[in-house]
Formats: sequence, C-alpha cells, structure tokens
Amino acid sequence: MKLAYYPGCSSEGSAIEYDLSTKKTALLLETELEELEDWNCCGATSAHNTNKLLSLALPARNLAIAEQNGMDLILAPCAACYNRLHSTELIARKDEAVRERIKEVIDMDFSAHTSTVSVLEWLDSKVGVDKIKARVKNPLQGMKAACYYGCLLVRPVEHTGFDDPEDPQSMDRIVRALGAETVEWPFKVECCGAALATSRPDIGAKMVHSIISNARDAGAECLVTACPLCMLNLDMRQAGAEKAAGEKLNMPVYYVTELVALAGGASPDEVGIGKHFVEAKGYLGSLPARTAAMAAAAPKKAPKAAKAENEDEAAVGNEDAEALRKKIDAMIKAFNKGPDKMAARLIEDGERAAILADIITGDEKKIARLAELMITDKDKAGKAAEAFVTGELKRREKAGL
Amino acid sequence: MGVTTKILPPQGKDRALLARIEKEAGTSINLCYQCGKCSAGCPVGFAMDYTPRQVIRLLQLNLIDEALNAESIWICASCDTCSARCPRGVDIASLMDALRREALSQGKIKDKKVAEFNKAFLNGVRNFGRTFEAGLLLQHNLKTMQPFKDAGLGLPMMSRGKIRLLPVKIKGREQVKKIFARAEKMRGEEE
Repeated sequence: MKLAYYPGCSSEGSAIEYDLSTKKTALLLETELEELEDWNCCGATSAHNTNKLLSLALPARNLAIAEQNGMDLILAPCAACYNRLHSTELIARKDEAVRERIKEVIDMDFSAHTSTVSVLEWLDSKVGVDKIKARVKNPLQGMKAACYYGCLLVRPVEHTGFDDPEDPQSMDRIVRALGAETVEWPFKVECCGAALATSRPDIGAKMVHSIISNARDAGAECLVTACPLCMLNLDMRQAGAEKAAGEKLNMPVYYVTELVALAGGASPDEVGIGKHFVEAKGYLGSLPARTAAMAAAAPKKAPKAAKAENEDEAAVGNEDAEALRKKIDAMIKAFNKGPDKMAARLIEDGERAAILADIITGDEKKIARLAELMITDKDKAGKAAEAFVTGELKRREKAGL
Repeated sequence: MGVTTKILPPQGKDRALLARIEKEAGTSINLCYQCGKCSAGCPVGFAMDYTPRQVIRLLQLNLIDEALNAESIWICASCDTCSARCPRGVDIASLMDALRREALSQGKIKDKKVAEFNKAFLNGVRNFGRTFEAGLLLQHNLKTMQPFKDAGLGLPMMSRGKIRLLPVKIKGREQVKKIFARAEKMRGEEE
C-alpha cells in the first residue's frame, strides 16, 4: 500500500514521537509513505475560528499538491489535520460553488477527489487487525489501556464516519490485537480542551483531570491516543492538571502507533517513548512481571475472586494481590463479628454510626465494599459509609419514619 | 397582559444579520426546541456564562448583541459534541464558529486570550507556511501579558528535542501569503 504522508506541523516539534512511530508502524505493515511535497499548515481550529474560506483554502493547497502528484490516498496522523483535510475534501466535492471559490483563493487546479484517512482508519480498515496481529512479536500482555479518541477523529459525524461517534471501537480493536486489554469507559470521546489548555489553562486543567481520573476509575493503567494535541494536553499538561486538582495521577499516555511499533519489535527509545513527560517506559517494563504474577494467581481462584482481585490490584498498584485478598477477607470477618465497632471506626458521630451498624448487619454486599475500601483507601471508606447512612436516612424520611 | 414583556424574533436589520450568521453556519436556529441536550453534554459548559442552549435562545429572542458578547463563544472548544447529539440537527458548533467570526469582525471580543492565540497561530502560518510552536507560545504569552506562563515547560521541551528554536519555512511561502490575502479580501466583499 502506498499513501501520501501529511505529517502536520506538530510532527516537527511536540509530536516528534508520533512521526517516528508512524513511520516505524508503516515499515512494519508494509505501507509506503511518501511525504507530500512542500506541504503547509492546515490552519487548524484557529483558521475556522477566524475565516471560513481560509480554513478551506489552507488544507486545499495540500490536497491540490497531492492531486498534482497523482496521489489519491493521504495519511494525516494528526487528528486535527485529518479533520481539516477530510472536511475540505467533502465540502468542496459536494458544493461546486465553494470549490470554485477555493480554486480562486489557492490559484491551483483542485478537484477534491482525494481521500484523507486517519491513523485509526489506516490501521483498522486499510491494513486490518488480522495483519497487525500477525506482526506482533512482543505482545503487550498485562497492559490495561483506556483508548481515548477525543473529538476530531469521530466528529463531525458526517465528515469522519469511519467509527461510532459515541462509542468508537477501532482503536480498541487495534490495541487488543497487540495483546493488551482495553477498558470500557465513558470519556473516550470527551474533549481534552484543545487549545484551551494554552489560552485558558484554568478551564483546560479541569478537562484534562476529568478525562484521566475517569480512565483510572474505569481500571485503566494507561491512556492511548491518536492525536498530538490530546497527547500534549494529557501528557505534558498532566502535571498542571494534578496541581490544579490536588491529586497525583501518574498516568502514562501512548500514541497508538507507538504501541503497534513496540509490539512489532521496536524498542521504546526507537519510537521516542523516553520523550514523554509522564514517565512511560517503566509501565511497559513492568508488563512481563505483571503477566507472570497474574498467570500464577489465576488458576487457584474461582472466577469471581479473580475478578475482585483485579480491581484491588488496580487500586493499589504493585501490592501482592494474594496478600491483599487475605487482608480484605480479615476485614470482612471483623465487620461480621462487630458491626458496631467497625461502624464507629468509620463514622465519628455516634448516632450515624449506630445507623451504619444497623444497615450493614447482614448486608454482605455493603460489608464487602466497605472492607475493600478500608484496605485500599480509608478516606473513601469513610465517605462510602457516610453515603450509606445518608441514603438510609432519606429512605426513612420518605417512608415517613 | 399589562405586565408581560413581549419579546419578538429578530426583525429588519437584525433579521438580516442573523440570516447571514445562519447561512455561514449552515444551520437554522429555529429548529432548536430548547431541550438542552447540547448543554448537558458540553465539556466546557461549566465555564460558560451562557450555555449553548442559552446562546441559541438569545438569538431566537433577538438578543444578538448579547450572544456576540458572550464569553461562551470563546470558551467553546469546537469539540462538536453538541452538533453530534442535537436531536433537531442544529449545527451548534458551526453556529459558535460563525458567532466568533462575526464578533471578531465587529471587534467584540470577550475573551482576548483565545482571539490572541488564534491571531498568533495564523501569523506563524502566514509567514512561514507552517506553525512555529515555540514562536506561537512565546508570542501568545507576551501578548496576553503572562510571560512566565509555561516557562517551566520550555526547558523540558528542549531537552526532549520537542521544540524547534527556528521556524521551518516552506518554499511556497509567497503562495500561502497570497492565500491569506485573497481569503481575507473575498470575505470582506461578502459582507
């Protein structure tokens, strides 16, 4: 397969790893990339915020160059570039009057017949996950990834259309083909804040924090992206988001192409993983040990216990899962033996503690939840206990007691 | 009837302005039945003075100036979630875009930081043909009087080889400059 390659401005600076790893991935998957000659910036959001015609003309110059060179298929790894180039193709193809105006502005022949694809479309639809799977030498077993699509790969629907806009799956399929596990999570198409991280960091930091903490709460240990601006916000600006939220996140972020190249045999340094802001090599290094530990622990347990263990493991990191299970079991026993004593440990207020003791007595589910939290996060256990009591009080009030 | 205020849809000159905004946005505000789905899912709604639904309501009620002066139109991240979810097919994101452009041409800029960022970004493209990240950050932070914002990121960017100190200049720079000039001229002729 041969594709015209539109690297985008960030490939020469902040997203240098994306460029490196896209080229490695292309080699691995026998896709020939030919860089578009003398390409210019697509204008990104700033252009369509300012002047609509300009926002079509800047991408169109690149498309016209591809046409001149007889290239029909263009790969634009940057989600913003992909979106601008592909939108321009579709708008200009549909509306002849607009196309004529664009031609006048760029002063070039332009028929808008090219097709620009994203990295996800290239890997998932053009190459296919079966071929990717066949090239995996170092499977990413043990990795728990949240695939983050953001905005521009899936919206506007009528301009992208290669995946579902609310629950896209193409990146999940690719990452799973590499041997990793992907989590289901609600924020996969939430906006990272884009340029707001620079122009309005007060707003941007909150958006970055909500995405990363949502991935973490869904059980993910890393994020995967296919957009340089998402990467910049989630990785470089993660420290700022941590500071604003008063909470450490330490969530490594990878480009999907980095993972494909790594699984295909490249070393982390070859694809630029050492250039990330949030340390990302350590997690990759820890994967074989995690896989071994999981394999050793798995056959001894009933499926239900194994599942609970996974959740605990995500919460406490490297702590031995077996020991953790034992601790939680002991805590459950303590709850069953003396619910009032345990309730007093969780809630200071005597009256509320008594209500808690009352409601957890004989309620296995609530006891298991509180016991688990007592081991993994005492603060959360206190909050959960308070919530149980508040809920109960509301119920009593409703019932007229 | 005495105490109620009659608010009517835009008439006359305002109607023409609104029609132009709608045409540029390629959408119609009359389709909106104010369900609020756009605003429930808006990732920046928490920071807005008017939610996207309220911005449309302002336009429906002939409060166009109020909409053009809203901070919201500059906070909108153009993520397109609203447009993707609108049950009436209103392209709200595109409308926000058109409002920003209109506010810009009328000199009504509520959030200077965003407008300055766009200006700095496009200046780089106009001069070199490509974005110059280092120059962009520097110019933006100087223009918005926050020279030390992101100062802590400069060195780490450099040590990672992630920032170029000099811009890449494409061969077709003159051509790009002409594209800017023609696009600006043709936009001016339309109005």
